[in-house]
Amino acid sequence: MKTIRIGCGAGFSGDRIEPAVELATDGELDYLIFECLAERTIALAHLAKVRDPHAGYDPWLRERLTAVLPVCAARGISIVTNMGAANPLAAADVVADIARDLGIAGLRIAAVTGDDVTGVVAANRLLVAETGEPVEALGDRLVSANAYIGAEPIVSALAQGANVVITGRAADPSLFVAPLVHTFGWAIDDWLALGRATLVGHLLECAGQVTGGYFADPGCKDVDGLERLGFPIAEVPEHGPITVTKVKGSGGRVTPATCKEQLLYEIHDPSAYLTPDVVADFSRVRIVDAGDDRVSLDGASGRTRPDQLKVALGYRDGHVGEGQISYAGPGALARGELAARIVRDRLRAAGIAAADIHCDLIGVNALFAARSDGALSDRAEPREVRIRVAARTPSVETAARVGREVEALYTNGPAGGGGATASIREVLSMATTFVPRALVACAVRYEVI
Amino acid sequence: MTLRRISHARSGDKGTTINISLIAYDAHDYLRLVRHVTADRVKARFAAIVGGGVVRYELPAIGALNFVLSGVDGGGVTRTLALDAHGKSLSSALLDMEISDDEM
Repeated sequence: MKTIRIGCGAGFSGDRIEPAVELATDGELDYLIFECLAERTIALAHLAKVRDPHAGYDPWLRERLTAVLPVCAARGISIVTNMGAANPLAAADVVADIARDLGIAGLRIAAVTGDDVTGVVAANRLLVAETGEPVEALGDRLVSANAYIGAEPIVSALAQGANVVITGRAADPSLFVAPLVHTFGWAIDDWLALGRATLVGHLLECAGQVTGGYFADPGCKDVDGLERLGFPIAEVPEHGPITVTKVKGSGGRVTPATCKEQLLYEIHDPSAYLTPDVVADFSRVRIVDAGDDRVSLDGASGRTRPDQLKVALGYRDGHVGEGQISYAGPGALARGELAARIVRDRLRAAGIAAADIHCDLIGVNALFAARSDGALSDRAEPREVRIRVAARTPSVETAARVGREVEALYTNGPAGGGGATASIREVLSMATTFVPRALVACAVRYEVI
Repeated sequence: MTLRRISHARSGDKGTTINISLIAYDAHDYLRLVRHVTADRVKARFAAIVGGGVVRYELPAIGALNFVLSGVDGGGVTRTLALDAHGKSLSSALLDMEISDDEM
């Protein structure tokens, strides 16, 4: 029985490139997937495309593909990626350029379009799921509207002989589902098969997160060779258990524990994981250690896919200004608290609403406030504390005020402050709406090198 | 003892809803987690940041619980002013929870 070997060469845009090259070289792969698109990334990419119609694809596309394309071409490994972001056509052109530059011939590069539903959103009276407000109320603040498309157009591209497929906002697991559907010839309504394929995608889509790259807790959960962490491979037969493993000799580990953590990562109801392809059910998945960094998983299933496609809306949402400064030694906590209070009072006097100001004591309560009353008396006095003040403001000028007020603590605040920093960022917020499938028409463009 | 002695966890999400998995190292400890780590206890632990409810899903086949916390402060990953916008560090905060170790 044929078994497909799929590797994941990136779990986010800025992921490491060396493990992907190792995976292509030594992974004996059929397919190499790069999942590089976070929700907000695509809104940023749209802004880039507005400034330059040839831009708007993943910023690491050229470097990543230059590194892996020669190996993939030599070994006959097909690539599927969402590095097209807001501009899959331009991304495909870049890949074609790289191939020509490297003297690679015989490539068929497919660009999948249709996820950009800005026009559909403008022409229909849709509601923002989070607020119930009409989408049109966002007005010209709306930057992007991308439907999460499924495996189908990618399957078409592979059926047409594409060996590089570049998408925009395809759902993360769909990048993995497509090669399996293509290889095994599953019907697109074979929900059991699609649920099982979605399990493969879900486990692999964050790359090193399933091979020990988000797992180590020294003394409790140790991971060897984390500095040379290997990326994951799934071995998928047409039926039966799938196996998750990694390149032999690479760092990291694949164990039932690493797979369990990833199985539930960003999952709400484990029996209803919604994707454009299927409603997958992971609630009865069984996990067995096959030893030697091999884990076997079985029992995923699925049922009829959702009628509507989820749409990620990106919109301009003001600015955030931030400043940080540190205090050390005896009394550090009291001086840090005093500093935070001073900055808060000055920002309020400058007209920033209290609800839009956020103060943290890094090292004390920035990540997790243990007590709802904010009291810190049950904590040992820290030897150093770093205050962080962040505020949301409509204008970039007001945002700059935040960092300036923190820096001003040097001569207008408590004793011994050091290491002040300031930053400003424009906020692109994300919201959700839903569109009927029939309104989303995907197309594939081919380029042959 | 703390949950960290018998279990591990992972958390994070993109919106105002965050999930935290809690996984027994040893299958024998799963029922202990089911018994001691109720949705109410988790809600109380994260009362400072969770405005909505906490739902607990049970996964006996892998000895794990999945907690879904809704109404998390800040308006989601792209909008929040919190340092850890994804709530990824909350897993460690859950593992610091004390449970009694004398009975099953």
